[in-house]
Amino acid sequence: MSLLHLAVSLPFLGALLIPLIHYYNKRIHPGYFALLVPVAAAVLLLMSGQVSQSVKWMPRIGLNLDFRMDGISLLFCLLITVIGALVVFYSIHYLSSREQLGHFYTYLLLFMGAMLGVVLSDNVLSLYLFWELTSISSFLLIAFWHHKEKSLQGALKSMLITVFGGLMLLGGLLTLVSIAHTFSIREMVMQADVLQQSPLFTTAMVFILLAAFTKSAQFPFHIWLPDAMEAPTPVSAYLHSATMVKAGVYLIARFTPLFALSAQWIYIVTFIGAITLFWASFNAVKQQDLKGVLAYSTISQLGLMMTLLGVGGLGVYYNNQPVFYAAIAACVFHIFNHASFKGALFMVVGIIDHETGTRDLKKLSGLLQLMPVTFTAAIIGALSMAGVPPFNGFLSKEMFLTSMFDSKSGLFHGPSLVLLLSLVIIGSLLTFIYSVKLLKDLFFGGPPSVDKHVHEAPLLLLLSPLLMVTVVVFTGLFPNILTPMIDSAGQAILNKHVAPLHISHWHGVNPALVTTLLIFAAGTVLIFTYQQWAPIYSVQRPNWTFNYVYEKLLAAAESISYRLNNKVITAGIRSHLLLVFSALIVMTVVLLLQAPLNFGSWHLSEVRSFELILVVLILIATFMVIVAKSRLFSIIMLSAIGYAVGLFFVFFNAPDLALTQLTIETISTALFLMCFYHLPKLSRYEETMPFKLTNAVIAVGVGAVVTVIALMAYGHRFSPSITEYYIKHVYDLAHGKNMVNVILVDFRGFDTLFESTVLGIAGIGIYTLIKLRDSKEVNHEQTKK
Amino acid sequence: MTIIVVIALIVVVVSMFGFLYRAVKGPSVADRVVALDALGISLMAVIALFSILLNTTHYISIMMLLAILSFLGTVSFAKFMDKGEIIEYDRHHRQ
Repeated sequence: MSLLHLAVSLPFLGALLIPLIHYYNKRIHPGYFALLVPVAAAVLLLMSGQVSQSVKWMPRIGLNLDFRMDGISLLFCLLITVIGALVVFYSIHYLSSREQLGHFYTYLLLFMGAMLGVVLSDNVLSLYLFWELTSISSFLLIAFWHHKEKSLQGALKSMLITVFGGLMLLGGLLTLVSIAHTFSIREMVMQADVLQQSPLFTTAMVFILLAAFTKSAQFPFHIWLPDAMEAPTPVSAYLHSATMVKAGVYLIARFTPLFALSAQWIYIVTFIGAITLFWASFNAVKQQDLKGVLAYSTISQLGLMMTLLGVGGLGVYYNNQPVFYAAIAACVFHIFNHASFKGALFMVVGIIDHETGTRDLKKLSGLLQLMPVTFTAAIIGALSMAGVPPFNGFLSKEMFLTSMFDSKSGLFHGPSLVLLLSLVIIGSLLTFIYSVKLLKDLFFGGPPSVDKHVHEAPLLLLLSPLLMVTVVVFTGLFPNILTPMIDSAGQAILNKHVAPLHISHWHGVNPALVTTLLIFAAGTVLIFTYQQWAPIYSVQRPNWTFNYVYEKLLAAAESISYRLNNKVITAGIRSHLLLVFSALIVMTVVLLLQAPLNFGSWHLSEVRSFELILVVLILIATFMVIVAKSRLFSIIMLSAIGYAVGLFFVFFNAPDLALTQLTIETISTALFLMCFYHLPKLSRYEETMPFKLTNAVIAVGVGAVVTVIALMAYGHRFSPSITEYYIKHVYDLAHGKNMVNVILVDFRGFDTLFESTVLGIAGIGIYTLIKLRDSKEVNHEQTKK
Repeated sequence: MTIIVVIALIVVVVSMFGFLYRAVKGPSVADRVVALDALGISLMAVIALFSILLNTTHYISIMMLLAILSFLGTVSFAKFMDKGEIIEYDRHHRQ
């Protein structure tokens, strides 16, 4: 047990204890106890240093809790614990005490522990385990208000999409394990060159990309994130802006030194990121719901990080050219920045929702005079998001544009570079538009059209967002205090040493600065002319969205399985038998065709005339059973077959069998007759069995197949019979002369025991069936009376 | 000796085919039941002849059993045709 393990297990411990504490102590808000957990975990994580620790869990299958702390893990751990603490503090004042607080903090701490596990795991199996745990706890948190239909739908949607991605992750990781023969990510990265030669490399890459893209809400899997906004706002702030959605980014970053050796990886990550950036910021502009704007904005910022990671992968591809390291540094810096300003913005939106009772942008306006402190936090967050100096968003946006312009290399040239640049520049322009438009719509204009008396929120609720925007301003003004962290994270991502970074506000007139200025100018013009160009959003037809595709897919899956079920699982036993027998025929024929038909060598005995006669007799009787017009006649023919079989036993020297066969045949004929008698009058009409071609074909097929197998089996005898032993020892070991009986009760008495049991069970069963029906009838009659 | 037994067997089998024809064709159920009864008895004959041929006494019990069964079977068929059931036991004593 090391500090790392202690830090990861703390939230789980808290998740266990907090409902208990809440149950016995209702006076103190459980959030205060929950607050201790991230604070303690942060302290422990900072104390642990860069180490790797292992705790054996299931070594036989390779599942161990191997935790490793490096730059990128440390960055994520700090985000998780520090923002976690702020969110817990915020939620103490946000959630009313009538809510199920014990549940809320259990889910939240469960999520926190899972997320810490994801970013610290070096073992792929424990990584997957914690990854799925984040999906499940996120599902629970989104559906926290489970009485609301939309919460449930949003939770289900995010669950389906992220668990799909999670399973892809498992596939990808196991593929990697099978190539690299190790469960450690670090060891996989060390043999990256070897792994790249493997034919399974691409498979693993596609799986891991799918996992990362679904978790980080990349195009076209982004549709779950806007629907997850039905969660309580602290959850949205924590999970859906700062931590969980960055797990995909973390995964891409973690596997960059392994996969960025292939050009496909770089292309896919860069372009999916750029498309997401463009598409989500395009959609963010039209949202009418405050959290909708922030959800799409989160998606687009995640796209930005992906793009940076893709371009930063060039550093691995071209083996350490410092110019590409700038992209990785920008990505790390932006992960930090985005977490700070987006968390603050979500909390601000939560406060506005709390104080006005609505999140609808149409109803809200002119909050500047009513909520000045909230406005301050919002303007800092939104301007940082838009990339306006002097906030930290400006710096990372500058670095982003710079590395995009620098990305002209062998992989990005000509049309692909133009496409990439146009996507990211238009995306940045749209980002500026929705950020500033959000401020304009919220805080300026006439008074809000809401019923509540709007006033400033309490200070304790405002504390968390204010702390976060302080970080935004501070790191915006003094970005270089972050450079040690960024450098160590960048080294961890690229898995090599890099030159230290220096972030400066002013680095001369360059293409990035010119572009930024152009974006500000064009964005300002476009915001004021929004009413003129808004109609382009109505061009998109409602059934062209990915939500529509998702719903259609779900409906199709449901209706196809429903129809398949209705088709195959019918009430008729006839169709089931048809399936079973056809499967038997098809499988046997396929098996028989795989090897040439080989009947082996037969040791046939001489055919005697009376056997032939008996065979003819049985054939006739069998034929009569099938074509018989009356049931009674079928029964008689069946018993004729039974007696003929008894005669066969006589011919083949089996007196005991013959005795039993004759008796049993008589009894079963009597039973058949009894059944016949009890047939209802209506269905007792007599007619020949109707001829059905499929039935005939299948019957003939089964007969033929079994015949062929019997003939083949007869020709191949691999070991001598055990009969000789019985013949030899029937008297000296068992003191009997009747060998059949000795086998039944002595040599193999167990079979007899259980066959007797079967008989007993059948008897009891019959008795019960008759008796139970009787008593029911009696009851029925009694109630009648 | 063997030849006589074989001839006897052939004769019995031919007669069995005759009974079988009646059992298949027989216009009424009674015809079939009688044919079946006779089949059972000829079966006993076949087994008897056969045990002579195989020179064994192990089949005598089968012949006895067949005699009983064939009698029982015929009686139950007869009763079935007469009363429509074999064991007369009205569970509910309804009249």
